[in-house]
Amino acid sequence: MKGDKILLGTRKGLITLIKGKKGWKTELAHSGVPVSYAARDPNTGYYWAGLEHGHWGPKLSRSKDGKKWEDPPQIKYPDGTRYIDGFETEDGQPVNEFDPNAPKDKPTRPKMKPGKLKKITAMAFGGKDQKGRIHIGTMPGGFFTSNDNGETFTLNMPLWNHESRGGDVSKDPVKTKSFWFGGGMVVDGDSTPAIHSIVVDPKNSKRFMIAISCAGVLETADDGKTWQGRNKGLLATFLPKPDIEWGHDPHLMAICPAKPDHVWQQNHCGIFYSKDGAKTWKMVSKEGQTAHFGFPVCVDEKKGETAWVVPLKADNARTAINGALCVCRTEDGGQTWKEFRKGLPQSDAYDTIYRHAFDLAGKRLAFGSTTGNVFISDNRGESWKSIGSNFPPIYSVRFA
Amino acid sequence: MATVAFARHLYEFFPALKGAEVRIDALTVAELVRKLDVKYPGIAFYIADERGGLRQHVNIFIEEELVRDRRTLSDHLTPDSKVYVMQALSGG
Repeated sequence: MKGDKILLGTRKGLITLIKGKKGWKTELAHSGVPVSYAARDPNTGYYWAGLEHGHWGPKLSRSKDGKKWEDPPQIKYPDGTRYIDGFETEDGQPVNEFDPNAPKDKPTRPKMKPGKLKKITAMAFGGKDQKGRIHIGTMPGGFFTSNDNGETFTLNMPLWNHESRGGDVSKDPVKTKSFWFGGGMVVDGDSTPAIHSIVVDPKNSKRFMIAISCAGVLETADDGKTWQGRNKGLLATFLPKPDIEWGHDPHLMAICPAKPDHVWQQNHCGIFYSKDGAKTWKMVSKEGQTAHFGFPVCVDEKKGETAWVVPLKADNARTAINGALCVCRTEDGGQTWKEFRKGLPQSDAYDTIYRHAFDLAGKRLAFGSTTGNVFISDNRGESWKSIGSNFPPIYSVRFA
Repeated sequence: MATVAFARHLYEFFPALKGAEVRIDALTVAELVRKLDVKYPGIAFYIADERGGLRQHVNIFIEEELVRDRRTLSDHLTPDSKVYVMQALSGG
């Protein structure tokens, strides 16, 4: 049953935790290869992993049984795709528009880069009526969809050419600018926007939403033909105008499966909650409160007002608060938060929990950390048990 | 035909390379990579990105010389060329 198997995407391979009568046992695949994300498609039963070979580049891998893996036809950006990556002077010198010392007297132009796969950063599967559909989010900001279990992938061009990133920039001269500022992930010295969250409406699988760090949230209600920004109510407190349309920094977005109008977001600037399908957001945390900064968020499968976070101290200190790990839960849409610490280390903890490293299956929750800890709760987060503390740095945790 | 040798690490993903004497008829490195992909489907995307540029952490040598054109792999080959597809190490 779902909840008895957990896929850990780690720095050193894909580790599968399988619950047995005598506890959890482990299986290893892709030994030594960083796995940025791994998940199982509930519609087909296939397992999927995004790999980051140090030499051979990012790869998508799939398996029918979780043991024997193969390369499906790979995700590739179509010929001619390119994107705006900041600005440069007309003689090709990069310009940082946020740098007060940047030269202001020289004319600038958008800096163009070719579309090339740098990293697989998110996965989501189609609705029950879409067997074999898989959505993949990538860096740089690509949204790829396959409708044939990974035999072919198509880059979503309406999103690639969205007005928020400068429109269609495939041809010179480019006079527009992108409002996707990027950040958060660095691959080969490059930091460009990545799609890290994909949520599919379980009641309408042609409606899905994505989130991008330092850009915001977008929604499509027509199966990806058109996309609208969904950032009303978000606050980007690191910008001169916090209620700006674009430039928000969601760390992860999650949806309530039974009540898909209830959407949650752990954002760089706090926790945000929407009761109207992301049309409007409300901040439900405040600075100084335990639940405020962090990366992941889990939403209850039935109750849209119930969510969990694993807080970290702050953006300039991304570790457990005062060396003590805790999980916070709200059951009233973020009006109040309870802290749960039983079973979690309460001193000398330096764990960081990445955005995809926290998951829920019914009453069971699990999270993994950069320090190689995995904790599981069987009572909705109220107490925790260590499953191991010597795992590699953990990038993703997903029940299978 | 150029002779091609590979970093052993690639045998893990392309077992048929192990012990194989790989000979390819190609005028340039780009053509060689394209023809390798016909023989070993998928290998081109391990060596180069989708724009045809050599991956940052991969090196190709012709004899003992690194290829000069990493972006389009236009370096010329002769029928006697020995080509090496290697991991690019940067220390550590």
